[in-house]
Amino acid sequence: MTDDPDNQGIPAPEGATEIIETDYTIGQDNVEGTLGPIGFDIHNPVFMISGITIVAFVFYTLALPEQAGDVFSWLFAQVTQGFDWFFLGAANIFVLFCLFLVVTPWGSVRLGGAEATPDYSYIGWFAMLFAAGMGIGLMFYGVSEPMSHFSTSLGGVSVGEDGVRTDWAPLGAAAGDQEAAIRLGMAATIFHWGLHPWAIYAVVALALALFSFNKGLPLTIRSAFYPILGDRVWGWWGHVIDTLAVFATLFGLATSLGFGATQANAGLNHLFGIPIGNTTEVILISVITAIALISVVRGLDGGVKILSEINMGLAFLLLAFTLIAGPTIAIMTGFADYLAAYVQNLPALSNPLGREDVNFSQGWTSFYWAWWISWSPFVGMFIARVSRGRTVREFVICVLLIPSLVSVLWMSVFGGVAIQQVVQDGYTAAQDADLPLQLFLMLEELPLASITSFIGIILVIVFFVTSSDSGSLVIDTITAGGKVDAPVPQRVFWCIFEGAVAIVLLLSAGGLASLQSMVISTGLPFTIVLLIMCWCILRGLMSEKR
Amino acid sequence: MFRKIMIPVDLGHVEALERALQVGADLAGHYGAEVHYVSVTGTAPSKIAHSPEEFREKLNRFAAAEAEARSIASTHAHTVISHDPSVDMDHQLCEAMDEIGADLVVMGSHIPHWYEFGSHGGKLAAHAHCSVMIVRDDTR
Repeated sequence: MTDDPDNQGIPAPEGATEIIETDYTIGQDNVEGTLGPIGFDIHNPVFMISGITIVAFVFYTLALPEQAGDVFSWLFAQVTQGFDWFFLGAANIFVLFCLFLVVTPWGSVRLGGAEATPDYSYIGWFAMLFAAGMGIGLMFYGVSEPMSHFSTSLGGVSVGEDGVRTDWAPLGAAAGDQEAAIRLGMAATIFHWGLHPWAIYAVVALALALFSFNKGLPLTIRSAFYPILGDRVWGWWGHVIDTLAVFATLFGLATSLGFGATQANAGLNHLFGIPIGNTTEVILISVITAIALISVVRGLDGGVKILSEINMGLAFLLLAFTLIAGPTIAIMTGFADYLAAYVQNLPALSNPLGREDVNFSQGWTSFYWAWWISWSPFVGMFIARVSRGRTVREFVICVLLIPSLVSVLWMSVFGGVAIQQVVQDGYTAAQDADLPLQLFLMLEELPLASITSFIGIILVIVFFVTSSDSGSLVIDTITAGGKVDAPVPQRVFWCIFEGAVAIVLLLSAGGLASLQSMVISTGLPFTIVLLIMCWCILRGLMSEKR
Repeated sequence: MFRKIMIPVDLGHVEALERALQVGADLAGHYGAEVHYVSVTGTAPSKIAHSPEEFREKLNRFAAAEAEARSIASTHAHTVISHDPSVDMDHQLCEAMDEIGADLVVMGSHIPHWYEFGSHGGKLAAHAHCSVMIVRDDTR
């Protein structure tokens, strides 16, 4: 990895890029110093504002849990009901934008300069972007979401006194028609885990990679806005954008950590009879945060990458086992069929206006889009950081299409097996159980249940860790003004805080509901940020050499 | 006695390395050794450079300027590109040391606000197969 002018056996120079020259020096607004033995190097306004607000938030929620719970549920209703069209419409724009980039000549722009070489192999790269991007959600919703859409579709449409639909079924439901209900349920699930979330991530990741690796601006969200804000991005405009990104990331992560804790707890209870409750969940979050700490301290290559690869290996094993032990042929034909159902229903499912399936489009789709968007600064920056050396086309295809297909496969296998159990065998235990437990009850019907359930719990925990550690790296970079070499104790601070926010929100009156409402409330302003970002990406690509 | 002297450099705090740089140069003159400047950078833009390539050029220029200013017969620059410099630096400095085949490492200690540098020295000394000289900055 070292080089020497006399000895050119080293990475070649990587070609010309269009550097944006500004008077801004990375780190000029940073405060460096030491606090006892601990060194720090932080971006002053961004770190202070986000740090203090989050500490205040934690104390408020702990001090007045009832009131906080009310506020959270009010927020949730306001945002999902009032802005569902906005989330749905914006997400469609992101998908179209990404597909557009693939087919245009800009697709051949290389991130990091015309001759840059990729930093990571495909395997390592996929493992990291997948583990960071979907994480615990796949475990939590893999069985429960297809099952839920299947049941509600089968249940058909019901209309309340005010003429508004009260059922949770997607689109027009499929009352009484089992085949149609399965297809619709799977299509709706794939819709939430396929192209749209990955397009959201791809937009953020592309913006960051382009403006950082090709334009030489600091690796923070604000840099993407240079084409329209100019040098104002280094001032308050930029502080607001970056602070928003920190909030979105922190709450997005905390939500996933909350899901992870409840599911790990449900699994441990199912397998070993460990009691379900706040105490267990707090212990779980603490232990897992401690593992994440070890990982961040070991760094990107020594911790995060290794865990991501372990994670992918285990997830693949569980997937392969479920596929083989379950009704293999039915699932494989199902995979193609569900994919077709997805394509068929995509226009109706993604339609932002005049939806009659209000519960579905607001409670599911709108929430998901807000959740993905709140994750996007974190996953996007993480993807950007590991994607240097790929072309835009390669990048979009790999970030958009391949993870989508893997998600579809995952959902088809886990959801497919569970639905087949209901339809073929009349086994309804998984269907009737609480959300976090459904995965384990589905596994119970297959052979070697105690082993696979145990692997399931381990996976939930490792997914939890890989999200938490990569999230800490990202928040640390944003709050250090784009520096990737800030002192390690800062990562430790953020890692601990993610755990703390997750614990506090779980303990507050609303539990998971308060987590969800914080996610979507921070997701809303960030959606606007993302829309503007698309325009900036175009501006940035136009000036690049192809 | 020494043929290859390695000096880890933080291009952002060169002034704080003055004593280490001078000692390295003096020893190189005394023993007729080559001086190898090693610096670690991430792939993201930093205060010093927009890209690793620019960083590499700057370090090359730095090495050439040092040769000129301190009359060193032979200087070399080694840019180490790291995915995660905050964590990987120690380890990568050790690797660079082995790769260069350095028989002496001269490094400054306690660059202002860079709390880890002291431990970089300690870590390097513990793992090095060669002599390590840590030069304290007495002016502070």
